[in-house]
Amino acid sequence: MITTLARLIDAPFDALQRRFGAARMPYVFVAPNLLVFGIFVAAPMILNVWYAITGGTQFMPADRPYVGASNFAELLDCTNHFIPATCKQDRFWRAVANTSWFVAFQVIGLVAISLLTALILNRRMPWRGFFRAVFFYPVLLSPVVVALIWKWILQPDGVLNAIVVGSGGARVPFLLDPGWAFSWTIVVSIWAHMGFYTLILLAGLQAIPADLYEAAEMDGTPHVRVFWRITLPLLMPNMLVVLVLALIRAVQSFDEIFVLTGGGPGTATQYIVQYIYETAFANQTHILGLAATASMLVGGVLLVLTLLQLAASARARGEAGR
Amino acid sequence: MRTLLRRALLAGIAAVLPMAAHAATEIRIMWYNDGNEGEVARDLLNRFEAANPDIKVVLDQVPYKMITENLPQLVSSGQAPDIARITDLGGQADQYLDLGPLLKDRAYWEKNFAAVLPWTRPAGNTTGIFGLMTQLTVTMPIVNETLFQQAGIPLPGPKATWQEWAIAAKAVAQKTGAPIPIAMDRSGHRMAGPAISMGAKFFDGDTPALVDDGFKVMTKLLYDWHRDGTMSKQIWGSVGGTAYRGANEEFANGQVVLYFSGNWQFPQFAKTIGDGFDWHGVNNPCGPAACTGMPGGAALVAYKSTKHPAEAARVLDYLASEPVYAEFHARTLFLTAHAGLAAKGIAYKADMPQVRKSLEAAAANVLALSPVAYKLQGYARNRILFNALTVRLNQAIAGEMSLDDAWGRMTSDVADGLKAAGVK
Repeated sequence: MITTLARLIDAPFDALQRRFGAARMPYVFVAPNLLVFGIFVAAPMILNVWYAITGGTQFMPADRPYVGASNFAELLDCTNHFIPATCKQDRFWRAVANTSWFVAFQVIGLVAISLLTALILNRRMPWRGFFRAVFFYPVLLSPVVVALIWKWILQPDGVLNAIVVGSGGARVPFLLDPGWAFSWTIVVSIWAHMGFYTLILLAGLQAIPADLYEAAEMDGTPHVRVFWRITLPLLMPNMLVVLVLALIRAVQSFDEIFVLTGGGPGTATQYIVQYIYETAFANQTHILGLAATASMLVGGVLLVLTLLQLAASARARGEAGR
Repeated sequence: MRTLLRRALLAGIAAVLPMAAHAATEIRIMWYNDGNEGEVARDLLNRFEAANPDIKVVLDQVPYKMITENLPQLVSSGQAPDIARITDLGGQADQYLDLGPLLKDRAYWEKNFAAVLPWTRPAGNTTGIFGLMTQLTVTMPIVNETLFQQAGIPLPGPKATWQEWAIAAKAVAQKTGAPIPIAMDRSGHRMAGPAISMGAKFFDGDTPALVDDGFKVMTKLLYDWHRDGTMSKQIWGSVGGTAYRGANEEFANGQVVLYFSGNWQFPQFAKTIGDGFDWHGVNNPCGPAACTGMPGGAALVAYKSTKHPAEAARVLDYLASEPVYAEFHARTLFLTAHAGLAAKGIAYKADMPQVRKSLEAAAANVLALSPVAYKLQGYARNRILFNALTVRLNQAIAGEMSLDDAWGRMTSDVADGLKAAGVK
């Protein structure tokens, strides 16, 4: 039975090898993946570049007039890039500023809380499996569901305000005040994603040899020193993975925040992907060129950040190997 | 055995061929709902299918957001449905099919829909028939009269100004504890009527010009009302960008004294509020220039890309025919764009006094519509103006910029939008 099955599987590959030769077979094996990559990643990227250097509102690439770098000039036209009001496309620069602050707070908060959670869940404790599942559960939820749950909690007549008012306090404009709304987008985003990063860090913690901790315990090393001298250095490769992934994900934040606040109040929670989406699709005039240019700029920034982190990771590995 | 198989195959082909020959042409309509109109349309189309077995009409009922955001992409990429129900009436007019030559009785359409036919015509076209209005709308206030009664404050009269309504609504809210004196849908289209009442012209000749003195008066009022609590930031201040946010739920929950929206809310409120409290539409508040809201509505348009233009036209011809059109409006409680029916009056299937009173107010508001409002509604690129208004006024309300800066940004946004759209 197994021999027949093996022959059935072999037959087409034998034919392919006879046709292309053994040396070209690796290409045959990666071809399907390359095809999918080409259609869904490479082609859209090339199209994006075309949209960025063409103008008008036409959707079909062939109908769009070439405008060179004018979309880039339009986006970068500022008297002072740190004051969005002085920029021609002020909403783009507000989104850039908001995203920068969001990334800084969200990534630091996310990594810190994920690490703390992983450390707690790595200890021997009752119901450990249950708690691991509880922390991972939000990752399984659709971003829209996450946003709707939190909206239900944070809206003026929401659960949190009911508690505040019930305790004798005044209603708090959680989603109506720019500062509050911005803070809550960070909290919600951390809540929704920390389970995934906790899992990566937990895997890293479990890979640290137990005898190192036993030796430290026998030497009477304080817990804090154990954390800084054993846990953190050996967890560093996982931390770097978490940092890179969290950073990319934070820059790309859109779905749950869009449903939760719609970018408001004003533009307080409008991040870069929402700017791109609204410029390209939500307005009557679909300014695809400007949106494509903005995505290229964001892509460039992400590439630089990723390369920097990869370099740091390589350096850390080199130092550890010495 | 082989002969038997061949006979079976031939018998199968023979059975399928006549079916194929009589297979109905499928017409797909992309349709969104405000109330029960999808249900009513399906019922009417079932009758059409029974009388026209060669045409099958598929009603794809989609969320409104899909009509505003996804449909334009589908149309631009040649993937449009045969027919769609749209509200951005002139937005992609160059892609609409001219139904004129395909209609059974073109004169009937020209006679009864004369006022609204220009709304779906491409620029420069003055004779084509490009769409069938399924609904005429007028923006207008809806009040919670029970709150006025509880507060012991009389409703302002039919010629009351916006400022008088604001004072009354705020007093009612203070006496009854209602959290929102005035709510207005977060939409540039909604703001336009009150601005025109204050003297806004929206055009300088034929060139769009958003910011003028009348416009400044109304935007300043809205801005001030958000600061003094007459309006809650819950509606205009709770989201960003161009996102639409209605206050229908807050009104239905009895939290709003005066809700500025439009007549399309009546069927929904008849269902959600019923006679839970006394609600009804009232005349549009006045300003120095007018007492107007904005006209609008939804239209069915067929696209040039349809493979079945004649069948699409037959479907629209049927829906436009007087008895069908009258039944559709009677059952959906929509205002009609059909001049003949408007003159005769539609026997609305509404028993509730709230709905009857609201429909009367809507009819009065249609008569009071300003010519500026009609001109703005008929302008194909009006959403560029509406979006600039929404985004920038919202930023001012949120405290991100001054009202002066917001007006400046509105002007430059409109100029940029028109330039990107290729409007000289």
